[in-house]
Amino acid sequence: METPPGILVRDLSLHFGGVTVFEGLSFEIAAQKFTALLGPSGVGKTTLLRIIAGLEAPATGGVAATDRAPLAGRIAYMAQQDFLLPWASALRNVMLGATLRGARPEPERALHLLERVGLGAQAHALPQTLSGGMRQRVALARTLYEDRPIVLMDEPFSALDSITRLKIQNLAAELLAGRTVLLITHDPLEACRLGHALFVLSGAPARLSEPLHVPGPPPRAADDIALLQTQGALMRTLTEAAAP
Amino acid sequence: MRGARPATTFLVFLALWWLAARYSSVPPFMLPPPGDVAVALWTQRGLLLANTLVTLAEILLGLLCGTLLGGIAALGIVFSPVLQRWLMPVLVVSQAIPVFALAPLMVLWFGFGMVAKIIMAMLVIFFPVTANFADGLRRTPPGWLDLARTMNASPYAMLRHIRLPAALPAFASGLRVATAIAPIGAIIGEWAGASSGLGYIMLNANARIQTALMFAALFILAALTVALYVLVDRLLRRLLYWAPDTTGG
Repeated sequence: METPPGILVRDLSLHFGGVTVFEGLSFEIAAQKFTALLGPSGVGKTTLLRIIAGLEAPATGGVAATDRAPLAGRIAYMAQQDFLLPWASALRNVMLGATLRGARPEPERALHLLERVGLGAQAHALPQTLSGGMRQRVALARTLYEDRPIVLMDEPFSALDSITRLKIQNLAAELLAGRTVLLITHDPLEACRLGHALFVLSGAPARLSEPLHVPGPPPRAADDIALLQTQGALMRTLTEAAAP
Repeated sequence: MRGARPATTFLVFLALWWLAARYSSVPPFMLPPPGDVAVALWTQRGLLLANTLVTLAEILLGLLCGTLLGGIAALGIVFSPVLQRWLMPVLVVSQAIPVFALAPLMVLWFGFGMVAKIIMAMLVIFFPVTANFADGLRRTPPGWLDLARTMNASPYAMLRHIRLPAALPAFASGLRVATAIAPIGAIIGEWAGASSGLGYIMLNANARIQTALMFAALFILAALTVALYVLVDRLLRRLLYWAPDTTGG
């Protein structure tokens, strides 16, 4: 894999149904780091992620990679829902990207990734026979199979119970280390466990807070003192953001 | 005890029929008792079998051609805005014309042979197949399409690997309806003018007051339709093993 670049968001504006979602929004997402994005529901986090992924076009402004090469084809996207195809086995779901691009699927690599997420034995199971946590792990393996330098994640673990969530966070931190990751989350603990830098998006038009930095490499222990202090600061920022 | 309930229903129906024929004042040429119909089924088995095969062939060919045509029309409607603008009104208007009224015209155009009946069956099933399949193709979950876009999928790859399989349960619903109603088209075609087929037997027997034979033909037609439906339904359930609404019942 190439060296993952950072992402430059420049002068982004977007209007939606008479509401100004973004107006001249600019920021940078650091290369090869986990960046967590928090903020109240409906503020435009998902829209921002979709614009970066190329799924939506802004009114003005744009998104670029810090290495100036085009972003297209270098991004893997993982949504809140797993979006596994119900007619395909876990293994075939992991290799979906290759199937869709007409590339030769690599079952050994896909199986290896499924083993990494602890689902080697379920490679041939259909998604509907798997639990929510297992399905999300298949989606993580599918994201990793794409082997893209940039990974965008939109509340990928929010539907999981807290223990499963902690485990899959560890897995994500380990398997995505070294890539440029932008993670949307509603869970301050998740942001503090995984993020190198934390941003809060709030207001209309939406603005980004000054980033909070969490010391130590992810995944951090949930009872780590520095983590708990950052989580406190984050809660203050979120509360201020929610105030009218 | 699968099948116990349908069997009971059938036996109760037979018993009521027998009672009505035996104890009411309805004459046998209007309502023959089940025994007479059974006798007609047996003694006329050669005639009935030959004509059943004709009607079955019409139904199957009508189903095949109608499904193919409906499938192609659905793809056209969904992927070409021009086709949608031109084809949709035609489709809707076509449903406003009673198919029954077209049967004599089809016979006039295509003769007394099988073609007119196959076209009648096609006309009957075209709309449910097209409407259901087009609906299924339009309702692909947007999340799957977004995912495919981030994977650099071409529109054709998205169609083949995501939209088509995702639309199969809706297509199956259309095909089930089509299987149940295709015999109607074939029989109406035979009534309008034919030299063979179960519909032809029924008309002939009716004219000669061979009511038992008419009932026998009717019985075979009903059994054929049910058997065809069950077969198609089983096949679709097996093919769509992954679709949640086909695993139960």
